[in-house]
Amino acid sequence: MAIAVSVKKFLNNPEDVVKESLQGVGAAHADLVSIDLENKLVLRKDAPVSGKVALISGGGSGHEPLHGGFVGKGMLDAACAGDVFTSPVPDQMLAATKAVDGGAGVIHVVKNYTGDVMNFQLAAELAADEGIQVESVVTNDDVAVEDSTWTAGRRGVGVTVLLEKIAGAKAEAGGSLAEVTAIARKVNANGRSFGVALTSCATPASGTPTFDLGPDEMEFGVGIHGEPGRRREKLKSAAEIVEEMTDAIVTDLAPASGSNVLAFVNGLGGTPLIELYLIYNELTKQLAKHGLKATRSLVGNYITSLEMAGASITLLTLDDELTSLWDAPVHTPALRWGV
Amino acid sequence: MNAQTVRRWMDAAAASMRAQRDYLTQLDAAIGDADHGTNMDRGFTAVTQKLDGLEATPGRLLTTAGSTLVATVGGASGPLWGKALLRAGRALGEAEEFQTKELADALEAALAGVVELGAAKEGDKTMVDALAPAVRALRQQVAAGAPVSRAAAAAHAACEQGMRATVPMQASKGRASYLGERSIGHQDPGATSTALILGALAATVAKES
Repeated sequence: MAIAVSVKKFLNNPEDVVKESLQGVGAAHADLVSIDLENKLVLRKDAPVSGKVALISGGGSGHEPLHGGFVGKGMLDAACAGDVFTSPVPDQMLAATKAVDGGAGVIHVVKNYTGDVMNFQLAAELAADEGIQVESVVTNDDVAVEDSTWTAGRRGVGVTVLLEKIAGAKAEAGGSLAEVTAIARKVNANGRSFGVALTSCATPASGTPTFDLGPDEMEFGVGIHGEPGRRREKLKSAAEIVEEMTDAIVTDLAPASGSNVLAFVNGLGGTPLIELYLIYNELTKQLAKHGLKATRSLVGNYITSLEMAGASITLLTLDDELTSLWDAPVHTPALRWGV
Repeated sequence: MNAQTVRRWMDAAAASMRAQRDYLTQLDAAIGDADHGTNMDRGFTAVTQKLDGLEATPGRLLTTAGSTLVATVGGASGPLWGKALLRAGRALGEAEEFQTKELADALEAALAGVVELGAAKEGDKTMVDALAPAVRALRQQVAAGAPVSRAAAAAHAACEQGMRATVPMQASKGRASYLGERSIGHQDPGATSTALILGALAATVAKES
């Protein structure tokens, strides 16, 4: 139950949060992106890139930098911003698709939530009606949702970031629609995630936390939309928490012993870097225990849930192809290397 | 019943969504992400604006309401209610007037659309748990030759009963399903807004009788 404590935020009118934030993104990164404010889109500045497979994604706002912060060279061509924690609507995805279509097809990266899936599906149909070839790739890497046949399915979380980078690199390198789609699906199939929250978050509209955790409690298996997790437990040491998270991921992913992995420790928004690196330290020990080697890493706030204190771990098994695509140059507001 | 009925129904639904927005948000905070109230309020406000001054058949008003909801609500509720009203509007065809029987046909088509899109069945703890009983009640009333105000009231009552019946259910669809057993003991927000929409229909029809 939402408690009646008001959470302080930087905002003017709560209804204008998304638009005002998008304007800020456009101003801060005018060299990389342009903003379509009416449709709430972040567009790659040089879109459409003729002859290149284009990638769009989108989702509720509140997960920044996902997805708008990943628009630019080597990653997404466009991102559609819904209301906070609410999927965007088909018209937005259609406008984005048309704006970035370079004639080689468009990929829709869709996180597995009922609303996202339905709205993107409608958009893909509309795009097909207009003669644009769209492939949809759904991410569903969260192992916290058990018995997924009796639920809406596994949530799309951390692997989405890795997919957007890796598939984006393939597209930038001139991959065909089929090739880029295949790489994207390969990333989703080889990555798994698990999240834990120490606090809830508060939407701008409500101003109050969506659930309340006691001072010594954590939400185990939490998602990114402020919904409660699978279990509520007493807070344990970081070592114990990371051990449980990693065990859950590795049990499901079942990588061959000796595998190389990309180890991604993601902050959910309210947890400081000092703690994220402490978590990474624990993860290193757990990886050694499982006979896995982190040959690449990513630590920071990349797929967040407003100000939720918490973290998620994503492991992606790597081969030479995925590694070189991960290493390829990228130039977006949130990820930049090689340029 | 005619185009004016539909217009008033949508206006009443919008007023309900506005009045109950915080309540829907609260329900959605317990087993979701706390955006249902805001989304439905936004969508139905857009519907009343879109229908205002629009000269059209009852069917066309409903399909327009449906496409407006898809374009404004977001989440799963947008496509679901969009499809529901689109199918309801199509069922009414080009007729300028409709009776209780046509209303039942329209709501039955709406339910079929929702089930087709969302694949939910009764017991999954969704809007279907409220809408399906409403459709059955309406059918019964039509068979009994009841006047429309009684029929709509019965549909609303059945809808509310279905809404309350979601409380002990465990969610198998939508965001609440991630909570597993923790979704038990909470009334489904989608079923609740469905009951508000049927309530608006009953109130509108009662006023006209």
